[in-house]
Amino acid sequence: MADITLRINGSEKKVTVPPATPLLWVLRETLGLTGTKFGCGAGLCGACTVHVDGNAIRSCSIPLTQVAGKSVTTIEGLSASAGLAADQLHILQAAWIAEDVPQCGYCQTGQIMSAAALLKKNPHPTDEHITQAMNGNLCRCGTYERIRKAIHRAADAADSGVKLSSAEFPEQAVGGGAR
Amino acid sequence: MRDEPGHPPRIRRGWDCRRRRAGDRLLPAPGTKEKQPFFPNAYLRITPDDKITVVVARSEMGQGVRTALPMILAEELEADWKQIEIEQAGASTFFGDQTTGGSASVRTCWDPMRRAGATAREMLLSAAALTWDVPRSACAAQTGGVTHPASGRRLSYGDLVNRASTLPIPADVPLKQSKDYKIVGQRLRRLDSAAKVEGKAVFGIDHRLPGMKYAVLARCPVIAGKASGFDDKESRKVAGVSHVGKIGDSAVVVVADRVWGAIEGRRVLDVTWDEGPNKDLNTAAVMASLKQGAAKKGANLYSAGEPTKVSGRRVSAEYWLPFMAHAPMEPGNCTADYRGTACELWAPTQVPQDCRDSVATALGLDPDRVKVNVTLMGGGFGRRLEHDYAVEAALVSKAIRAPVKVLWTREDDMRFSTYRPASLHQLSAALDGSGFPAGLTHRIISPSISGQKGQPVPNGVDPDLPDEAGPVYGIANYLIEYVMTETPVPLGWMRSVYALQAGFALESFMDELAVAAGKDPFEYRLHLLAKDQDLVYFSTTWKTARMRGVLQLAAERAGWDKPLPAGRYRGIACFGCFSSYVAEVVEITMENDQPRVHRVVAAFDCGQVVNPGILEQQMEGGIIYALANALRAKITIEKGRVVQGNFDDYAPLRMEEMPAVEVYAVPSQEAPTGIGEPPVPPLAPALCNAIYAATKKRIRTLPILNS
Repeated sequence: MADITLRINGSEKKVTVPPATPLLWVLRETLGLTGTKFGCGAGLCGACTVHVDGNAIRSCSIPLTQVAGKSVTTIEGLSASAGLAADQLHILQAAWIAEDVPQCGYCQTGQIMSAAALLKKNPHPTDEHITQAMNGNLCRCGTYERIRKAIHRAADAADSGVKLSSAEFPEQAVGGGAR
Repeated sequence: MRDEPGHPPRIRRGWDCRRRRAGDRLLPAPGTKEKQPFFPNAYLRITPDDKITVVVARSEMGQGVRTALPMILAEELEADWKQIEIEQAGASTFFGDQTTGGSASVRTCWDPMRRAGATAREMLLSAAALTWDVPRSACAAQTGGVTHPASGRRLSYGDLVNRASTLPIPADVPLKQSKDYKIVGQRLRRLDSAAKVEGKAVFGIDHRLPGMKYAVLARCPVIAGKASGFDDKESRKVAGVSHVGKIGDSAVVVVADRVWGAIEGRRVLDVTWDEGPNKDLNTAAVMASLKQGAAKKGANLYSAGEPTKVSGRRVSAEYWLPFMAHAPMEPGNCTADYRGTACELWAPTQVPQDCRDSVATALGLDPDRVKVNVTLMGGGFGRRLEHDYAVEAALVSKAIRAPVKVLWTREDDMRFSTYRPASLHQLSAALDGSGFPAGLTHRIISPSISGQKGQPVPNGVDPDLPDEAGPVYGIANYLIEYVMTETPVPLGWMRSVYALQAGFALESFMDELAVAAGKDPFEYRLHLLAKDQDLVYFSTTWKTARMRGVLQLAAERAGWDKPLPAGRYRGIACFGCFSSYVAEVVEITMENDQPRVHRVVAAFDCGQVVNPGILEQQMEGGIIYALANALRAKITIEKGRVVQGNFDDYAPLRMEEMPAVEVYAVPSQEAPTGIGEPPVPPLAPALCNAIYAATKKRIRTLPILNS
């Protein structure tokens, strides 16, 4: 067992776990942040993508000791990391809804985290840039082309300074029981 | 109250789930005082605060049932779509067979959801008329309320629930005509998107209980082998490991406080395996058994005229397909809480009732004492038509007397799956003087999924084949046969089931015939579909006119009559399954002897479209799933073990391989038919036909990149 301190979504967290535990399981179990998903356990699918110091990494394949003292952002903290209020969708999340990207939705949080890291480094990605950045994220529902469109849409919207909240998707704001 | 689907879905189950049980009440009993909701049937309740809750009795795995089914009910109810909330039904006795599969959810819920909505609407209309003391015919239901246009009065449905609750439930109610639809046919946003992009959606793997333990199982790597003993000394040293023990004959479970402890505990666990009768099994032996099976006489699936007696220029070919794995993104898992005389489960499952009944059997409980909650699923594709994960979780919870989540790793999911059956197809045709088939035979040689599971296979016909292996063309002398073989490799229903295999073989062969006849493959098919014919295949009547419609639409949108740029080639195929018709055109280039797919144009006839946005998602998803299957999907067996383990050696498509996909639906007011699976079958043959156009090389064995 080891006591490890890390910064998760802006707050200091101290956890006591076996030091080789992958970050993924600490997020999901110890911290209850289940928006980060387990897909392959081998860095092959990207469902577990989070940001460590701003870089997209596969949390299933990085032992907790390697992120000690670093800043980790998960899907739950994505809006806040962009300076948005808690009830505001990140521009990528809004674009994902606008393009009707999710089917089963399981991989989509990882997809969005990869896309967010891309846009941070490259606010105007070309199709090739998007393919390069997103190629490590698998989707079995076949939503890739909608993901591509959503990233372009978010990049364009960011240019015009649009901020989106879920209230701007009236059809979407209903159906709260759908979880 | 009418709560049985109008068209029973095919039964995939070994027991009768329709028996009712006392105490199984999803909703409060009529007359319950607290909130006084109005619930004329099990699908619906309306509360005085104008909330309309629609109960969805199918499982959401990405195909959109949590949006599409409420739309059908809301249409007849004349609800305001913004009022709609959904509630997921667990295993129940109110809804008939709740199996989510066979592209059947809209097909089987269409009538009951419409009647549920219409019944409520009629009662609310009556309640308003009584309240105002005006003729019922002077009232109108619209947008979540009843109006009396003559006086300008309006009462919302919430206002009317108390009165409506006192009225008798009408036995027969009028249903709307499609021309009056306001919700059905609209591109409404899915109700589940926001939760999914925010990371708040709760999938099976995300469900947590207080005090819950985590478990992984070491299963015998050899098919049907057993665990004869184990040494858990090292496992017990792993932090958090609290239990190691046998589960059934063939597995040893490691339970820990955390998933990682369980995984680590299993890694150092020493199990002695009794490898059993399959320890030398390999893929070549499986394929040889198909060839041996081909010598047997088959069961007749479809027969017209006398194809074996037709003479003419003979063309014959064989097609081979491998085992494939579903590989949904969310690996297998289930959460169970056994409490001595009862058990509750949270299962990402397509078969909540099977889970309930099989868990009850495994625990020795009455099914009434097993409660199954249905979670969201990170893909299903048929894998979650099994209930192995639920039984495991229940047995582990019973063994440790605590709530537990059983998790399958990706390797577990790949190696202990149930696989699309490998199959062999023998086709033969006699061509007439113009090069068209005067006679055609198609022999399907494959193990039976249901047969392997001990379910009935009446007259040697696997019960799925009637949905998936029908005729496409009105050929005068036409025989489709099925030869059932056996294999120890575990089999399961995978998206489109036998239709992928049957469609690949038939539509590749039609291309071969067109080539033999020296004709354009689209014109060749069009000629064979030119006459309006009804092809009766079990309970489906396939209409050549509707197949012709999708074939023409796909060809037109693909620009079949226009030349392609240099280096581009295309292929076409059409197939019907689950009562829907699909045609696809695939455009490729060849790069280093491998196809690169640039564009897929698909045309679809699935009757009334409930939500075109969801239809497009399902078509795109089905096509991409099919493309991955066609290019690379192959499960092989060595020494009785499944070779592939993760997404490196069983590789789905990645973004860099994406074609542009265009989807077109034929407008229709026919009753809706399946959309989840029908996009799959035409893709592989259309692609292989394009490869032939490019290379003159005919691919008769899938996957393409291994042939």
